[in-house]
Amino acid sequence: MKRFSKDEIAQKVASDIAPGAYVNLGIGLPTLVANHLDPSKEVLLHSENGILGMGPAPRPGEEDDDLINAGKQPVTLLTGGAYFHHADSFAMMRGGHLDICVLGAFQVSRHGDLANWHTGAPDAIPAVGGAMDLAIGAKRVFVMMELQTKTGESKLVERCTYPLTGVGCVSRVYTDLAVIDVDAGALRVREMAEGISLPELERIVGLSLTAA
Amino acid sequence: MVDKIYPGLDAAVAGISDGATIMIGGFGNAGMPRELIDAVIAQGATDLTIVNNNAGNGDTGLAALLAAGRVKKIICSFPRQTDSHVFDGLYRSGKIELELTPQGNLAERIRAAGAGIGAFFTPTGYGTQLAEGKETRVINGRHYVLEYPIHADYALIKAEKADRWGNLVYRKAARNFGPIMAMAATCSIVQVSKVVDLGELDAEAIVTPGIFVQRVVQIAGECS
Repeated sequence: MKRFSKDEIAQKVASDIAPGAYVNLGIGLPTLVANHLDPSKEVLLHSENGILGMGPAPRPGEEDDDLINAGKQPVTLLTGGAYFHHADSFAMMRGGHLDICVLGAFQVSRHGDLANWHTGAPDAIPAVGGAMDLAIGAKRVFVMMELQTKTGESKLVERCTYPLTGVGCVSRVYTDLAVIDVDAGALRVREMAEGISLPELERIVGLSLTAA
Repeated sequence: MVDKIYPGLDAAVAGISDGATIMIGGFGNAGMPRELIDAVIAQGATDLTIVNNNAGNGDTGLAALLAAGRVKKIICSFPRQTDSHVFDGLYRSGKIELELTPQGNLAERIRAAGAGIGAFFTPTGYGTQLAEGKETRVINGRHYVLEYPIHADYALIKAEKADRWGNLVYRKAARNFGPIMAMAATCSIVQVSKVVDLGELDAEAIVTPGIFVQRVVQIAGECS
């Protein structure tokens, strides 16, 4: 079987984003999506720290300490972009104004519960940032993740064992083995990697799947 | 004549007492009022409660205030970062209390304090550890969590320009928490790169009206 690469997953997410959509890309894997968005689609990227119309990284030497993304990396502003304060930025999320957010995850449940902020390990220092606001706020929440952990367990689960970020909030999961819609407790497979069958995918996930 | 311009950093932070709650603007280092924080370190107030999105980066600014042992509690959304070693050490050794708040709740709790709101119901965090023990309510079929405002005695804010009435404009994404913290604090202290004459700031483009600002200090040699 031929797994989708990270860039292929990002490409699939990017192609599912409509022209003119307002989108927030989470830290980590989701940032790759920006590389695959056709500029002519004018997808407007939101950054939690008060940017709409965020552009790519600046050229070396043109970094500006006052212009960074949620991951605190230097970025640029597109012509027509805007700055605003934090309460407005999170009103854009919580108020349902963002069309899509793309997040990484430790686990997603069959019911769309998301766990992506805390491993729950006793010595871990908890940090949540904007994850909970994004999870419940955007009209649609896409998750990008590898389908299995390094030890082969499915991250798509009946019930999350990691601490939750949001309840019933995930719409679709993009993974290295399949793209799956999460629909009121049903998991509908939209696309699978080459060389894998639905029964094989079901065995990996350990949950009942249907073809979309 | 209304004149909120202070002659220097020491004068701008005078009077902060032990046990004060201080909001500090900035998201990471963008918008962090580094010079005002250094002035608070020199001023000496201790047992502080700090409100910031993060818990200090590297060894300067907020991290230096933590390292100086002046902070008993921090209210923030994202303390853990690759360069948050000062906070990490204090937290692991039990020397600092952490109140972790989702970032949007942090922003709205600050805004609510400034806007005179008693409390508010938010969907963020419902069903998670960070809502445990909090009052919840179903409104129009959706679950919400009751959150209370965060008031502060002082706010330390970095802006780009101010006039003597305290009107402010910011620079790029360094704006972040500045405008809402200015509203929420009893005494908002602002460092700016440039003090301009009244009328020089476009009235249509003023971000923080001077009513929310008590003290302004210009930072010498600031080039950004």
